[in-house]
Amino acid sequence: MTTSAETPSAAVALRSRHLLGIAGLEADEIRLILDTAEAMKEIGARAIKKVPTLRGRTVVNLFFEPSTRTRMSFEIAEKRLSADTLSIATATSSVTKGESLLDTVHNLEAMSPDMIVMRHGSSGAPHLLARTCTSAIINAGDGMHEHPTQALLDAFTIREHKGRLAGLKVAIIGDLAHSRVLRSNVLLLNTMGADVWACAPATLMPSHIERFGVHSTTSVDEAVDGADVVMMLRIQHERMHGHYIPSVREYFTLFGLTPERLRRAASDAIVMHPGPMNRGVEIDSAVADGPYSVILEQVSNGVAVRMAVLYLLSGRDATDVIDEH
Amino acid sequence: MPQVMDADRMSRALTRMAHEILERNRGLDEIALVGIRTRGVPLARRIAKALREINGDDVPTGALDITLYRDDLMRHPVGPQPVVRRTEIPFSIDDRKILLVDDVLYTGRTIRAALDALIDFGRPRAIQLIVLVDRGHRELPIKPDYVGKNLPTSLKQSVQVRLQEIDGADEVVIEGEA
Amino acid sequence: MKTILKGGRVIDPAHGRDGDFDVLIEDGTIARIGKNLPVDGADVFEVKRGWIVTPGLVDIHVHLREPGQEHKETVATGAAAAVAGGFTAVACMPNTDPVNDHAGITEFILKKAAEAQRARVYPIGAVSIGSMGEQLAELGEQKTAGCVAFTDDGRPVATALLMRRALEYAGMLGVPIINHCEDPSLKGDGVAHEGYVAAKLGLRGIPGEAESIMVERDITLAELSGAHVHIAHMSARQSLRAVRAGKERGVRVTCEVAPHHFTLTDDLLDGPVKYDTNLKMNPPLRASADRDAMLEGIADGSVDVIATDHAPHHIDEKMVEFDLAPFGIVGLETAVPIVFDRLVHAGRISLTRMVELLSLNPARLLNVPGGTLGEGAPADITILWPDMASTIEAATLVSKSKNTPFDRWHFTGGVVATIVGGRVVYRNAAAV
Repeated sequence: MTTSAETPSAAVALRSRHLLGIAGLEADEIRLILDTAEAMKEIGARAIKKVPTLRGRTVVNLFFEPSTRTRMSFEIAEKRLSADTLSIATATSSVTKGESLLDTVHNLEAMSPDMIVMRHGSSGAPHLLARTCTSAIINAGDGMHEHPTQALLDAFTIREHKGRLAGLKVAIIGDLAHSRVLRSNVLLLNTMGADVWACAPATLMPSHIERFGVHSTTSVDEAVDGADVVMMLRIQHERMHGHYIPSVREYFTLFGLTPERLRRAASDAIVMHPGPMNRGVEIDSAVADGPYSVILEQVSNGVAVRMAVLYLLSGRDATDVIDEH
Repeated sequence: MPQVMDADRMSRALTRMAHEILERNRGLDEIALVGIRTRGVPLARRIAKALREINGDDVPTGALDITLYRDDLMRHPVGPQPVVRRTEIPFSIDDRKILLVDDVLYTGRTIRAALDALIDFGRPRAIQLIVLVDRGHRELPIKPDYVGKNLPTSLKQSVQVRLQEIDGADEVVIEGEA
Repeated sequence: MKTILKGGRVIDPAHGRDGDFDVLIEDGTIARIGKNLPVDGADVFEVKRGWIVTPGLVDIHVHLREPGQEHKETVATGAAAAVAGGFTAVACMPNTDPVNDHAGITEFILKKAAEAQRARVYPIGAVSIGSMGEQLAELGEQKTAGCVAFTDDGRPVATALLMRRALEYAGMLGVPIINHCEDPSLKGDGVAHEGYVAAKLGLRGIPGEAESIMVERDITLAELSGAHVHIAHMSARQSLRAVRAGKERGVRVTCEVAPHHFTLTDDLLDGPVKYDTNLKMNPPLRASADRDAMLEGIADGSVDVIATDHAPHHIDEKMVEFDLAPFGIVGLETAVPIVFDRLVHAGRISLTRMVELLSLNPARLLNVPGGTLGEGAPADITILWPDMASTIEAATLVSKSKNTPFDRWHFTGGVVATIVGGRVVYRNAAAV
C-alpha cells in the first residue's frame, strides 16, 4: 500500500471547479484525488465516522436514473464530511410534470446549494448545467458518456492492490458500446500509463475503438491472458432487442468470466465489477464471490473517493473559474 | 536568516522535555504521544525515543492530520484546498493521557482543531500539549504544558522549524523583520 | 414604376453574362439589360464598385413552420429572413402541423406569403397523407394549388413501393420527388454522426450509410420510373458516390448540400461548447472526409444546388439535453456569407458557379420563374458584395429563431440588397 510520504507539500487544486468527467483531468490531478481518498478512507474506520469539513454546506443529489449504490455512496460521503445532503429521485418530482432539466436546476439553485451531484440518462447533461448554472457540478454518470467517480474508485482499488497503475494489463469486458464506465476507465487508465484491453462482441464494441488508445479483441481468452486486472461490465437483458446478442445464455458461453477463463490471468490478478452484477451472464458467481474478487472493496472505496472529490471541489468560489469545461 | 536554535540545542530541548514529562506524570502508564502533521510527527517520535532511553518503556505514538478540522478551510475566496493526509492512531485513546506534539504554537487554532479531532476518536483522560517553539500571539485560550523554547516574535515574522527527517537538517530560523 | 441598377457587374450564367451592365426594371419586370442605359426618369440604384448583380437567389429547402409551429417561425418572418439572406424565393417544406398534404394548406401558405410581401414562397407538398407513408396525397390537386414538388421531408418516403408510385405519378405531373434519404432502422434513435466523436462523447450514432442506402434505392427507382428524384440535404460521401454513378448512367437525379455540411464537422461537438445543440441536425455533421467530399462535389458539378434546410427552433426547445433537442439550425441568413467565404474566396468555385448553385439551378429544378436576368423575366434580383465583412450575430437575425452554430463567426461576403418583383424588399444598412 502506498502511503504518501511525510513531506509536506503546498496546497494543490483540481483545475476545474466541476467534475464532469475524466476527460480534461491530468495525471497529477488524478493522483491528488487518489491520495486524498486514502486519508478519507481512514475516517470510515473510526468509531465516529465524521469530520466537520463541509459543515454548513448543502449538497444536492439529483438522480434522474435509478441508482441505489452510487446515490447511497454519495450520501454517505457527504454526511461523513458533515454536509447537509438532499437526495432527489426524479420519479417523484416536478420532472414528471414535464419540467425541463434547466428549470429543475434553476429552481434548486434558488435555494442555494453548494454542489449538485447529478446522474442523468443523457450524455452531456452535466455539461449543459455547467454552462448555464452556478453550482459546482459533479457528474455521477451521464448517459453513455462518463462516470468519473467510478473510474476513480476503480483506480484507487487497483492501486491499493498493485501499488501502481502504470504498466498493468487491464482487461475490460462487457457491453462496451453503451458503457460510461468503460469510457471513463479508458481515459483514466491511459492517462496513468496502464495497458488497456477492450473485449466485447463485435456488436457491442464501440465504433472507432481503434482510436481510443486500447487493444481491442472479441476473444475473452486473449483479453484475460496475463491480465493483472479483469474488469467485467454488465450486459443488460434489453440488449437482445436491437439484435446485439442473441441471448444472455450465449453471451455467458462466449464471454462470461468463469473460473476456468480466469486461470489465464496473472496469478495475483484482481476481478472487478462496478455493479450491479448479472450473475451467470457476464460473471460466474464462483468468480464474483471468489478470492480474486475485490468487488465489495470497490464499493467501500467509493465512499472514500467521493469524499475526496467533494472535499477538493469545495471551498471554490462561484466566481473563481479556471476551466469551465 | 537568523537561526535561533541549532541541532544540538534542539536535541537538548527535546531531552529536557522528556524528563519533564516523566516528572510531571509520575511514570509513563497510560501515556500516548500524538504528533500533529506534519512536523509534529517526527518530533513525537523523537520524544518517544528519548522517553524509552530514559525510562525503558515504549510509548504508543500516532499521527494526527487536522486539515479537515481547520476553521479556515472554506474561507479562501480562491483556492486550492490544503492537502489531506491519513491520520494514523493505531491504539485506543480512551482513558489515556494524550500528549499532543506540534512544532510551533502560534494562534492556537491548530491545537483547537486537534482537540476537536481527538474528541471524535474517543475520550482521553487528559490531554497535554508539547511544542518545540512558542512564538506567542495566541488568539484562543490555549496554553502549552511543555515548551522547547519561548520565542517572542512580531506578526510580520515567521518561524520555520526544519527537521532532519523532512528537511534534511535540524534548526529553527526566523524570517522577516522584527 | 421604373428603377435602374446602375454601374454593377452582372453575373447571369443563363445568358452567359459576366460584365458591367445596367439593368432597367419596369413594373416588376426586367425591361432592358445593357451598357450605359439612359436614366430617363427612373429611380437610380447605385451599384458600387465591387458589388455584383445576380438573378435572385432561390432556396429550395426551407421550413417556415406555419401552420402549427408559429413560435419558431411564420411564413411572414421566414420570408423576411429569406430576403435578408439575399433570397428572392424559397420553397417551403410540408412538415407543418397539420402536414401540408392538401390544397387548403397550400392556399393558406400562399396567402400568408402574399400578405408578407417579401420573398416568393413555393410550397412543397407531402407525398403521403400526414407524411405517414401509407397513402398517396392528392398530388394533382396540390400541384394545381401551387405545389412545385413533393416530399415527406422530416421523414423518408417510407417504402420502395410508395416511392416508385410517387415518382411515376409526380413524373406524370412533371414535378420532382424530393427525398429525405434515411433508413429508419439504421438511424435508430441516433443523434449524431456515427464516428469517433460520437463514440467518445457517448452519443448514439447515425452512420452515413443510413443516408446512402436510401439514396441508392431512390436512384434505382428513378431509373425504373424515368422520373426525377432530388436528394435533399446530402451529407455523406457514399451518397455522393451513388449520385455520381447515377448521373453517369443518365438517371434523372439531382442533389443539394447545405452550407453546414460543407463547412462543419462532428469534431465541433467535442469543441469549446461540448454537446452544443446548435450542432444537432439531421442529417448530422459528419467527419471531415464527408465534408471534403461535399466540397469536391460542389466544385466539380456533381452537386446541383446549395439549399439551406433552414430549420428554426425556439430557444426553449434547444436549451435541453442533447438527446432531447430537436434537429435543425436556421440557415437563410448565413448561407451567402458562408458560400462566399468557404467556396468563392477559398478558390473552390467561381462567382458564376455560385450563381448557378444558388439561383439558376434551384429555379430550373423546381421549374419556377427566376434564376435568370433575361429581358421580360420577373425583376427578382440580388445585389451581393463579395468582400463585405460579415459577422453573424444570432441575436439580431431577422428569423424568429436564433438557433445557429455560427454566432460571432466572421465571414467575408454578404448581401447588399434584395429585389423582388422590382421592389427593394431588403437593404443592408451596413453596406454603403
